[in-house]
Amino acid sequence: MTTLPFALLDEQSKREIRRAILKGIAIPGYQVPFASRELPIGRGWGTGGLQITLGIIGKEDVLKVIDQGSDDSVNAVNIKKLVTKTTGVDTTIRTQDATLIQSRHRIPEVPLRSDQVMILQVPEPEPLRNIERSEFKTKRLHAEKEYSGAYLTLFEQIMRYNQTSQGADYPVMVNERYVMNPSPIPRYDNPRLHNSDALILLGAGREKKIYAVPPYTHVASLAFEDYPFVVEKFEGKACRETGLTDVFLDELVDEETGETYYMCNDTSYMYEKLQQKVAVK
Amino acid sequence: MAYVAVRGGAEAIEASLEHLQYERVKHGVHIDTAALEATMRGFLDQVMSESSLYSERLASLAMKQSEGNSEEAVFLLRAHRSTLPRLYYSTVTDPREMFVLRRISSSFKDIPGGQILGASHDYLHRLLDFELVEETEADVLVKKCQFEQEDVPDSSDLQLERLPKVMDYLRAEGLLREFPVNDTEPSDVTKKAMAFPTNRSQRLQTLTRGQTGTVTSLGYAGLRGYGASHPNVGEVRVGWQPIHVAVQDDEDPYYIGAIKLTEVESFIPVNVDKEQQQVLEFDVGYGACFGQNETKAIAMSIVDHALETGGTTPIHDEEFVLLHVDIIESTGFISHLKMPHYVTFQTKLEQMRNIKKEGKS
Repeated sequence: MTTLPFALLDEQSKREIRRAILKGIAIPGYQVPFASRELPIGRGWGTGGLQITLGIIGKEDVLKVIDQGSDDSVNAVNIKKLVTKTTGVDTTIRTQDATLIQSRHRIPEVPLRSDQVMILQVPEPEPLRNIERSEFKTKRLHAEKEYSGAYLTLFEQIMRYNQTSQGADYPVMVNERYVMNPSPIPRYDNPRLHNSDALILLGAGREKKIYAVPPYTHVASLAFEDYPFVVEKFEGKACRETGLTDVFLDELVDEETGETYYMCNDTSYMYEKLQQKVAVK
Repeated sequence: MAYVAVRGGAEAIEASLEHLQYERVKHGVHIDTAALEATMRGFLDQVMSESSLYSERLASLAMKQSEGNSEEAVFLLRAHRSTLPRLYYSTVTDPREMFVLRRISSSFKDIPGGQILGASHDYLHRLLDFELVEETEADVLVKKCQFEQEDVPDSSDLQLERLPKVMDYLRAEGLLREFPVNDTEPSDVTKKAMAFPTNRSQRLQTLTRGQTGTVTSLGYAGLRGYGASHPNVGEVRVGWQPIHVAVQDDEDPYYIGAIKLTEVESFIPVNVDKEQQQVLEFDVGYGACFGQNETKAIAMSIVDHALETGGTTPIHDEEFVLLHVDIIESTGFISHLKMPHYVTFQTKLEQMRNIKKEGKS
């Protein structure tokens, strides 16, 4: 029987991950290559975010893991289980109580603080991949700050549909220098990247890249003067359980009536609101 | 009621994991990892090669644990690899030092040292042997004894170590395109991410770790019409390759054991300009991998040459080849599609509705 190292990875690997993170923080929005170790969880299932978590976690940390807004989703549960098994740290579902928050495709509704680190899982770190498939060439485009392709993509969408059709993973300009994929968070969460109190780290395990948005960094979603950036709107809709309207909503269908209804996507936030409601009663 | 919608996933996952464990044992039949190690040579060789971890013991454990699923077995071994500190690199090992189990050339009939067929499926009629259904352990022992008692012709002049290479013969005749010796320290893609353009060692390392089926298909594409030309297999050798580790520079390296290795050198004719004259010479495509994986090693030699020389088809495109041959990366990203995509789907849905609505007005 062999015992696993603290936080699973051997110390040299963790040191390499931390170096990549530091470089990422020094150059906001720049994709830092790293070797990316294989993990017991599938590549494409959050191994980039997980390697960051494993690289920086300490015994005092409190971990929250969410997947598409849910603490209890397949992937979130799996990742949490692996980290606690190899570190013994405490976990929480309350955003306020966590020091590290690893997330797939959402930034929590509760505002983050400067003593928290937000870790986003990234499937495709390269914002220019759709217009240039060669990594060699996209690297050069970034170096030259040649982003006309990114704007042209949006321009073509506007010509075709009279609006942009990029759903999640809407590209942003970081620190007025690098165009960056924010990971497939909804556009609703994009403004949360701007001037964030918390450090935001992004990890792509399969594509072997780590990048960062340091606290209080200027982050702007790509847009045109006459076609400003817009987020998802849920006009006239509210969470069925809490009545909340100022949150990102999931669309669900009632099995019995066949009716469409909405619920708060951030389940821990909804849970907290429900408990408050019960307490008031 | 809402509580149920919020919580509950964790219990379902636990139940699924339990179900999986039950599947492995539900027939009440047990198999020893030692039995797998002794009888599943082909599977273990493939899995060790794809996982870049040479251990028959761990590979047979992975096979048992994954119920014979090679994708999962490689996954287990690669993940295990990530938990281990890597303290040493071996010293350079030359396949001329190999203890040869099998060695053939399809380029020359009579090669110095001779064609050594060893054990191979190549000459087998692939017919199901129904007698194996009834085979018992006693049968196996009897067969083993019979084989071992057979008269073996005197092989005192048969040399299995330090066999000359077929390639050396062509080189001596000046038929190989010459390149300066490149002794730069090889890169390690598992410690430092590849950047493009890559160097040769990064390409070879990525290919040798590649998924057997993928490397084979790419090699096949190169052979069939998406690559250079028809190569000749100069030499396939399979055998025990000694490995040494130097702990301190001033000490003699330690012998730490031998690994089974397949090595392939393919000859590919190329046009070369020499003194303002076109001549035909041979290039060498190189393939090597853990275990006896001859198809993979030959395919690798084709792809190696295609990447080395450049061209216009996909197998000449190093990003196309090197970023897609790894089993952990390809199966991981394909399988991630099974994860929930509620949020991303919701945001797409909202947009499609908007576009439809605005299109009408």
